Amino acid sequence: MMAQRRVVVGSKVGLHARPAAMFVQAAAKQPVKVTIAKAAGGDPVDARSILSVLALDARGGDEVVLAAEGDGAEQALDELAALVARDLDSEG
Amino acid sequence: MAQTLSGIGVSPGVATGPVARMAAPPVVPTEATASGDPEAENQAALAAMQAVAATLEERASRAPKEAAGVLGAQAMMAQDPTLASKVTEGVQAGKAAVTAVTEAFEEFRAMLAAAGPYMAERVADLDDLRNRTVATLLGVPMPGVPDPGHPFVLVALDLAPADTATLDAGRVRGIITEEGGPTSHTAILAKSLGIPAVVACRGATAVAEGETVLVDGTEGSVVVGPDEATVREALDAQEAKLASLQAVSGPGRTADGHPVQLLVNIAGDRDLAAAAAADAEGVGLFRTEFLFLDRPDAPTGEEQQAVYQRVFDAFSGRKVVVRTLDAGADKPLQFVTVPNEPNPALGVRGLRTSRRHPRLLEEQLAAVAGAAAATTAQVWVMAPMVSTPAEAAAFAEQVHGHGLGTAGVMVEVPAAAVRARHVAAVCDFLSIGTNDLSQYTYAADRMAGELADLLDAWQPALLELVRLTAEAGSALGKPVGVCGEAASDPLLALVFIGLGVTSLSMAPVSVPAVRAAVAAHTLAECRGLAGLALEAEDGRAARTAVRAATRS
Repeated sequence: MMAQRRVVVGSKVGLHARPAAMFVQAAAKQPVKVTIAKAAGGDPVDARSILSVLALDARGGDEVVLAAEGDGAEQALDELAALVARDLDSEG
Repeated sequence: MAQTLSGIGVSPGVATGPVARMAAPPVVPTEATASGDPEAENQAALAAMQAVAATLEERASRAPKEAAGVLGAQAMMAQDPTLASKVTEGVQAGKAAVTAVTEAFEEFRAMLAAAGPYMAERVADLDDLRNRTVATLLGVPMPGVPDPGHPFVLVALDLAPADTATLDAGRVRGIITEEGGPTSHTAILAKSLGIPAVVACRGATAVAEGETVLVDGTEGSVVVGPDEATVREALDAQEAKLASLQAVSGPGRTADGHPVQLLVNIAGDRDLAAAAAADAEGVGLFRTEFLFLDRPDAPTGEEQQAVYQRVFDAFSGRKVVVRTLDAGADKPLQFVTVPNEPNPALGVRGLRTSRRHPRLLEEQLAAVAGAAAATTAQVWVMAPMVSTPAEAAAFAEQVHGHGLGTAGVMVEVPAAAVRARHVAAVCDFLSIGTNDLSQYTYAADRMAGELADLLDAWQPALLELVRLTAEAGSALGKPVGVCGEAASDPLLALVFIGLGVTSLSMAPVSVPAVRAAVAAHTLAECRGLAGLALEAEDGRAARTAVRAATRS
């Protein structure tokens, strides 16, 4: 069963630059493969691929959909969704 | 015969030295032949990408923090699993490693380029990675910063973060790029390293290797083959400038004693000690968004009051202008921002948020009033994104209702500037936010780097609106400030004063240069400069005219 989370990008700059890198690094640490897509439409891409995430061009305020399946999917999605919702660019 | 090239100065200062040029990127052979062993080709390609990533990571570990982040991100791109699988697909289809790598990079390059001008820098990062990977595979010299063995002025088409990050400020005296803009990596990194830099300098790459140049990163000019007198004059002027900055202190005054308050912008209580230590008369813009960002609900009144108290205490006896919550557009808040607004910059943001969430502003004002009651700081309060006199009047009434004596509004919307007389009549002061005001006046997105010329704070239409606003304030005896980075440009500060602005608020680091510039000119001179700027055709001409006049 595919689990999903819809979340609004909290970083002003969007999922670009530092926020994108932080997101991809966190995705790479998950035990399951997570995909990310824009809620507005478009194909889901591998959340561990920085180039694919950048090419999504998700801006601050855009809604994205995270999806995963298998053991640990729910927890992985919770963790990544919380990260996406934060303003990563304004932090330390 | 000396020749002068012009570009955009992005990192201030003057430098001179012989030119050393960047190595050209490797050329991908059009008909690379595959070995016939896809597994070997695949391993070669992936090993090259790993080697490039390792080099970048190693450089990141030696680079300053900001540069390290950029390099680290580039290293991540080199290790991208989707990129690697595309390369593998290519070699399995019988392509040579170098061809498969080039095509895989090209695919992502096209996707990033399609995302718009916003991605231009990432496209440059990707091109740099491809060049490094190809050079590794072909065994040709790595493109990058040259090392001629002596100090030099670096000339390049454009610089990638990998190039700029490890630049040694002791070796590289100046940087000139043919391409790039004010928001390019070259600009950001040169500034952080303190290396004078000029970007978008046409003709730069045609300058011969070893030729002496004089780079002026403040003016954006490059003199090729300058004579000794020119060099000496430029270096002397720079030294005199540094000395004069240190010679002036205290409240802002023009040469004839006209007071101009110099204030600092703060965005939280993190750098409070440094901001409070600045030789300034207080805070001209205390942004409060940081209290509200990254949380699911609004901070409590007590929580807010404690933070305001810390800020007021740090500036006790001085003025602190608190800007109420400016949410929306580029600063969405989880609990107030309207989702999916088609055009958030023109949507429910700034003061407009209180139409939907009146309690948020009420609570914030109560917290400010509570903290203000227990401090000797002079607390002023202003609202962002005010468009009409009615909004200004309602806000002022609300602020006064909390027992706070001084209520003002920001002038960021052209409508408020055009009707400044009516707006100023119903509140106690005005503060001009030049970034948003130029975005709305020129209908140009603040984030759009390619529209930088329109967003230039020297644009005469913007200055006209500043004039209208300042005149309205002066007619009614109400202060009119400028907050925003435009106030940190010492020349533009003179123009603002000439237009009638009574205070300037900027990053603490910018205060000394502005104070020195103000002290060196009379109010009448500032008015003359303002007149020149208003008569100019565009931002560039305005800056040039004012600069020429301050020299004479």
